[in-house]
Amino acid sequence: MCSDFRVSEPRVTETKLEFPYSRTLGPVVGAFLAGLREGKLYGIRGKDGRVLTPPLEYDPETGESLGTDLVPVGPEGTVVAWTWVDQPSPKHPLTHPFSFALVKPDGADTPLVSPVDAGSSDRMSTGMKVRPRFNPEPHGLITDLTWEPVA
Amino acid sequence: MPATDIAIVGFAQSPSLRDANPSEVQLLVPVVTQAIEMAGINRREIGFTCAGSCDYLTGGPFAFVSNLEAAGAWPPISESHVEADGAWAMYEAWMRLQEGDIDIALAFGSGKSSPSNPAEVWAQQLDPYYLAPLGVDPISLAGIQARALLDSGKATEEDFAKVVVNSRRNAAANPNAQLKDADTTVEALLAEPYFRTPLRKHDCPPISDGAVAVVMARGDKARELCSRPAWIRGMDHRIEAHQPGVRDLTSSPSTALAARKAGYDGGPLDVVELSGTFSPQELILLDALGLSLDGDTKVNPSGGALAGNPIMAVGLVRIVEAAARIIDGSANRVLAHATGGPLLQQNLVCLMEGE
Repeated sequence: MCSDFRVSEPRVTETKLEFPYSRTLGPVVGAFLAGLREGKLYGIRGKDGRVLTPPLEYDPETGESLGTDLVPVGPEGTVVAWTWVDQPSPKHPLTHPFSFALVKPDGADTPLVSPVDAGSSDRMSTGMKVRPRFNPEPHGLITDLTWEPVA
Repeated sequence: MPATDIAIVGFAQSPSLRDANPSEVQLLVPVVTQAIEMAGINRREIGFTCAGSCDYLTGGPFAFVSNLEAAGAWPPISESHVEADGAWAMYEAWMRLQEGDIDIALAFGSGKSSPSNPAEVWAQQLDPYYLAPLGVDPISLAGIQARALLDSGKATEEDFAKVVVNSRRNAAANPNAQLKDADTTVEALLAEPYFRTPLRKHDCPPISDGAVAVVMARGDKARELCSRPAWIRGMDHRIEAHQPGVRDLTSSPSTALAARKAGYDGGPLDVVELSGTFSPQELILLDALGLSLDGDTKVNPSGGALAGNPIMAVGLVRIVEAAARIIDGSANRVLAHATGGPLLQQNLVCLMEGE
């Protein structure tokens, strides 16, 4: 007979939230992230002729495949919109205060979400020019790319 | 054309709480029971049940299965689950009722944000290559969107504050709201420091736990169960591109389209309940619907999502709040909105009328 359901100690279950798979990134996303290793930025031409950065495999409007012909963009870019993170979380790409911004590389028609390491929110403004700072020890991730103000 | 003779005849919700002690299923049990009691039905009369919740919040695979305890799954019932807000569960149940072979359906939504750090959890819903590794959280994305809205000239920080004042004041009369303040003013809000420029803390939703349920019925069954059912004239949801950079963050064409497809023709509305979880988003949604805070339509009389944001329930709460105004006779035509994904990527609209 199992009659006593009382639990004397709290039961603790530890779970780790993860996505424990790896996959190859393919000729579009993979090429973009590989470019970061070499200090290069790429976009891809959408069906409407816009240069989309970061490059997408499928057109965001029509869903059509966009092929694999990447278009070099940058190196510098323009801040299109931004916010300031005073207290970065452990999941954020920088450990000190920084800006999350939409940065449109020169020659691209769409911006990408990126961190801008500007030191202070006073240095941030819409329309400001920024230049890329590539991780000298790249991991092949989007976090290899940070921007900083030009001058 | 979908049938327009399906109505909400029962509903219930828990209060939005910062840190609810009960488990998610314990939050749901009384809520589902109350909705069924309000409809005055026997549980066995329910032909279909659909739930909305998020396993990432609970932190375990198939966590949603235990929520079925609230519906009672034995003897076996016909049920489904969406990894989305309860509004989408209601949409599926509404679609199921269109088949015409059942008369009553139950939908519910629930979520406990308090055990986790929502800012970290929600980065996981983003593009796994270009966005998720950045840990870019909903508040940072909303800050970018707020800046874009200011730069576009469509709104000012004062407009953001007016949304919050409307929310806090309306919430003062809502026993289920989490953040309420009948005396708040635009001046006092604008004196607060920035939290994530140009957003202040009050421009962002609270962290909330909560649950909500609705009972829907068809035609004469609805009239039999409820003296003044909230008839669902249309429901529709539309999706925009995922990458924030490829769309105009200052407008919501998917909301406008969903409203049109749900049958909203721009005619008069007594009440609109919106899931704008950040104050600038409420302005974007109002603009998409051709409404404003100063118009004849009451905007978020419950206080809206800024007054309580039980993720996975908050959208269905909006529908319930709007339906309640019809059932209590204080409104005749209402529109409710739910959202999912980053920065209003997905939007659902439900148009309801009295008879």
